Amino acid sequence: MIELVSDDRCIGCNLCVKVCPTNVFDKTAHAPVIARQEDCQTCFICEAYCPVDALYVSPYTDEAVDVDEETLAADGVLGSWRATLGWGPGRTKLAAVDQTPFINRILPPRPVRAAGISDAGSPTG
Amino acid sequence: MSGETAVKLTADVLVIGGGPAGAWAAWSAASQGAKVVLVDKGYLGSSGATAPGGTNLLYLPPDRELREKAVQQRMESGGFLSEADWIHRVLDQVYINLELVEKWGYPFVRDEDGVPQRNHLQGPEYMALMRKAVKKAGVKVLDHAPALELLVDEHGVGGARGILRQQNRDWEVEAGAVVIATGGCAFLSKGLGCNVLTGDGYLMGAEVGAELSGMEFSRRYAPAPAFSSNTRSRLLGWATYYDQEGKELQGRRDGDFLAKCLLEGPVYAIMNKADTPEKQAILRSSHAIFFLPYDRAGIDAFTQPFPLTLRYEGTVRGTGGLRIVTDDCGTTVPGLYAAGDAATRERITGAASGGGAFNASWAICSGTWAGAGAAKHARTAGVGSVRRLRPAGRYGLGRPSVQGDGPTPGQIDTRTLIRSIQAQVLPLEINYFRTEKSIGEALGKLHALWPEVNAQAPVTVHDRVHAREAAAMAATARWMYTAALARKETRGGGLHVLREYPELDPNQHHRLLVSGLERIEVKPDRSFLTPLADQAAPALKEAGAQ
Repeated sequence: MIELVSDDRCIGCNLCVKVCPTNVFDKTAHAPVIARQEDCQTCFICEAYCPVDALYVSPYTDEAVDVDEETLAADGVLGSWRATLGWGPGRTKLAAVDQTPFINRILPPRPVRAAGISDAGSPTG
Repeated sequence: MSGETAVKLTADVLVIGGGPAGAWAAWSAASQGAKVVLVDKGYLGSSGATAPGGTNLLYLPPDRELREKAVQQRMESGGFLSEADWIHRVLDQVYINLELVEKWGYPFVRDEDGVPQRNHLQGPEYMALMRKAVKKAGVKVLDHAPALELLVDEHGVGGARGILRQQNRDWEVEAGAVVIATGGCAFLSKGLGCNVLTGDGYLMGAEVGAELSGMEFSRRYAPAPAFSSNTRSRLLGWATYYDQEGKELQGRRDGDFLAKCLLEGPVYAIMNKADTPEKQAILRSSHAIFFLPYDRAGIDAFTQPFPLTLRYEGTVRGTGGLRIVTDDCGTTVPGLYAAGDAATRERITGAASGGGAFNASWAICSGTWAGAGAAKHARTAGVGSVRRLRPAGRYGLGRPSVQGDGPTPGQIDTRTLIRSIQAQVLPLEINYFRTEKSIGEALGKLHALWPEVNAQAPVTVHDRVHAREAAAMAATARWMYTAALARKETRGGGLHVLREYPELDPNQHHRLLVSGLERIEVKPDRSFLTPLADQAAPALKEAGAQ
């Protein structure tokens, strides 16, 4: 779930308010606030769009956790999803180096296909 | 409606939903010259199951033999409930549209021979691009504008209304035709990107008399980290599974394997079949989002165990949805079209899930067709007639119960109601290991709580959206289980089973239609069967004996 909107980093562009599919944030005079954390679906979209790496979505979907902004910044976690996607000036987009079309070349010896379960090992997953 | 001054618009075509299907529908209708409004509950570009992760596509070169083979395979895996000509149509259409996607700027990678690999799209990139394409085509986009109900008169559907939830205002759009592209229903199970998918479009459609088809084909769960949302599980093909003691879970991991193991106790995985830095780098540059939860939880997925769960995906990767009866994805209600997961996918996948590739391709194609169909309908139907539109919504809108019975408004808390619905839908014991008894009992409980949807008393704009979602989920669950009890056989790709009926029954070579809200009707549909499909019946018997 979303855990952090950094007051120091935020420039008040409100892009996160706009792009969050489940409407978790509210606008304020400056940095948006996390108004409905329980509605967060842990999709990481807000982080991808934030131009100043001010947001942190924790991987824990069902529980709120304490986070420390300084540690996240020092560990290079803030902005890391945006960087992986290659969004932001001077970066190469993940889409342009996407290896998915080639992953079948490194399949393990015995690929598996699940019937009632989604795409585990299914080549057309 | 209780919001402030309504925003009123008119259009030829209203598209409800801004995932891939809605985006393509809006683009397609606008390309036909129609004036189009698109409304999304969230944001066109980020809403839905596609946007956060990646999605595979069907991209087969126009080679007759190759395509015929793919079509026949799909007919068989879907238990012959699909239609060959519809599968061919999808293969043809998606090929064209993916070339467009490249033309619009998507940077498809190329192989060693310079051939563009158009069979996978990174969701954030794809949907950001679709937003641009839709806006460039002249579509008016309203974000954070959940639709609550359709507008209807004797000519059919003529618009919808809902809320601008960040402005606390109502909106109303009158339109010559409406495309429902609101996605499937995953019951707020927190699968990646799926919590906006609550069956809203099914409910809106059913309230104007539309039928649903294939709702029994909704037995679909996806492996995910037990602590997180990521239901993109293809890369688990490189994992070994272990039990709590670290003992490898042997056996083929198909069928019920993971579900059965999870009933026994916790299951852990390690991605140790990607055993070189080169392989690991390739996987990280494919489904990058797969690794995000583990990286953030401090787990090295290639060497350390992580706990798995199964998250319910309902009709998102299941198959059921609004029944479509025309080539341009029209429903049985004039002026109402359906696309993507909001529509039944049976015409191309039958009794199987399409997995990602078929489903994403279906969204593109059905969106394209529905948009064109809606544009045409708007041009030709009801010209010169005065519309006397009335709102069609009846459930979860904070209005008194239709019959005046049931609990009093205000007695029911929405989040409690949602948990009660989830308790009958999410458990593997009920919905995965389906039996007549488990489904029958769950359906009884869902029927019993149905009157509660109109005993919610939403106050804030957010409550109003959630109350309607609760009603849509309650209705969807009842349709699913009603259909499930009516298919007393096992057919196709495991999307529906009842333990009592493990065999395929040639006499049930039909689709199942459900309709209605207070009383749900279920009836067989054989309209798709051609003489050719009947010839396939002997093969079916053999398939069932396997």
